[in-house]
Amino acid sequence: MKRSIPLAICLIMGIAMMIQFFVPHPASVAFYDLTTKWVRIVAAFALVLGTGSLVMYHVDKLQRRRRGWYYSIVTLTAAAATSVIGLGWGVRPGSPLQDIIFSNLLVPLNSSMFAILAFYMASAAYRAFRARTKEAALLLVAAFVVMLGMVPIGANVPFFWFLVVMAGALIVAGLVTRSKALFIGTGALVVGLLVWLAFSGFKVPRLMLPDTAEWVLSVPNMAAKRAILFGIALGGIATSLKVILGIERGWLGGGKQ
Amino acid sequence: MISLLILLLAGQAALLDTGAAPLAPPAPPVAVRAFDTPNDAGKSITLSWNAGEGPAHEAWIIERTAAGIEPEVIATNKPGETGYLDEGVKDRVGYTYRIAAVAGIDTVWSQPSAPVTCAPQLFNADRLNILIAMVIFFALIIYYIETAKKGKNLFVRRIAGLDAVEEAVGRATEMGRPIIYVPGLGGVSDIATIASLNILGEVAKKVAQYDSALLVPNRDPIVYTVAREMVRESYTKAGRPDAFKQDSVFFITSEQFAYAAAVDGLMAREKPATNFFLGMFWAESLILAETGAQTGAIQIAGTDSVFQLPFFITACDYTLIGEELYAASAYLSREPLLLGSLKGQDYGKIIILAIVAVGSALLLLSGIPALSILARIADFFSVR
Repeated sequence: MKRSIPLAICLIMGIAMMIQFFVPHPASVAFYDLTTKWVRIVAAFALVLGTGSLVMYHVDKLQRRRRGWYYSIVTLTAAAATSVIGLGWGVRPGSPLQDIIFSNLLVPLNSSMFAILAFYMASAAYRAFRARTKEAALLLVAAFVVMLGMVPIGANVPFFWFLVVMAGALIVAGLVTRSKALFIGTGALVVGLLVWLAFSGFKVPRLMLPDTAEWVLSVPNMAAKRAILFGIALGGIATSLKVILGIERGWLGGGKQ
Repeated sequence: MISLLILLLAGQAALLDTGAAPLAPPAPPVAVRAFDTPNDAGKSITLSWNAGEGPAHEAWIIERTAAGIEPEVIATNKPGETGYLDEGVKDRVGYTYRIAAVAGIDTVWSQPSAPVTCAPQLFNADRLNILIAMVIFFALIIYYIETAKKGKNLFVRRIAGLDAVEEAVGRATEMGRPIIYVPGLGGVSDIATIASLNILGEVAKKVAQYDSALLVPNRDPIVYTVAREMVRESYTKAGRPDAFKQDSVFFITSEQFAYAAAVDGLMAREKPATNFFLGMFWAESLILAETGAQTGAIQIAGTDSVFQLPFFITACDYTLIGEELYAASAYLSREPLLLGSLKGQDYGKIIILAIVAVGSALLLLSGIPALSILARIADFFSVR
């Protein structure tokens, strides 16, 4: 019973919501609105459980004097202070909860965390752009084209000259590392450049770096994104179907049948 | 008072007498059509008309009439706008419409439209293509699930990130350090979160078998409740119900960056051997993954957010890309029923690829005037 009733509810509601998607009738829309309200109500009850978990976790940490227990004092004090201020003075604009806790504490703290992202991006980019593999080297070149194409200095750079400089850099890298693969790659690039030049009547092709950057973003990048999105859409539908049909039932948790 | 009136009238006459030739009245609109807006919840009528042949106009005036109600001007359109959606009507009441072309002081009315009533529809015909696709896709999945039930061996390609789960859990045991599992920041209604919770069940089973420590910080209270039950169930299935610690799955906060800060702190203090970031992530993905990388943990990430994937690929050892996240629970558990659904998914992708190819060919060919009808066939595949 503990499992079959939730499974039956899941099956009925899953099919009902699927039908709802195809029915524009006001009764169908009202049903959708009603279920959305139910979700909010369930979430409100779950929040009580969540708060209970938070308090229990930190009280236990304090009692056992586990590593970093003093941070739990800050957490519990902040939770208690927020509750008291919210219950005592309300949550309207102008209340201490809004003015002190939200505007002067939470917003700046959130902004600080968000700002850290810039530094993490720099360190992640450094790690990604170390051209240790062929894929990483390709990523480095593509990223360099896009970055240079997006800044003012890149606006006047023909893509051809960019590739010539790149070929020069590869030759130097090949001489330093004595890598056979690097020499083959550089040779292929030089031959490609000569063929391109010949097809352009031995004049520097007019393709500029920003155009190339735009092409990288809108063609290969977009194609890869769409391929991933196809997979995500189908995977999402399949997962939903498995849950609705009760094939995937891990979400039921423990308990007797 | 009289002299003031004379002055005013004189002024008006002076304004009107510009000396220009009087403008010809505009042609009345033709082919005025009013019909119940298709595929909607009712209370809406769509109007369309064409400009008549003749002098230009400056605006359209739309008038609505119902039985027992005085005619009412409901809108004014710009000259190029020959359509209107009237959403101020009641269901099952007859309405007629007139459109007027306005030029200067001339207003020329069209013939009234035929009476029309509106009503809610029971099926959205615009979504017929989605329904057909859904039925085909469901049929494929159910067929392959049935095939799997009969014991047929189904091939699933290797996914490096999932093969590494066993190694990652083993590493944590050897090092005597915990495993942190972040089930994403999405709610329980996100498919990525459901997929993540399914993987959590499998990971928790291995953790129980290896006798490692597991920490599952949560952002959503409902996800927290489900995650706790799943971990408890996994420990029971692994035959180690006593090893489950109630406080290993805990709720932190619903605030995005406060949650990221708390998990960062947890990683910095506990120095986990392995981090799992599986589910729905936003801007905090890199903050979490970079901190984890700096602590030296093996990191396995997976999300269906294409914007966060590059960050995970950069900062983590293994990344499950998009659908691999959904396939993970089947891959790890090797349950035939789940593997069958994976096979159905793959055939669904083949059909989509075929439709993309056929649709592209149809649209390219529709450029030839004699084959313009192909564009309408291709339009059937578009989502409205």
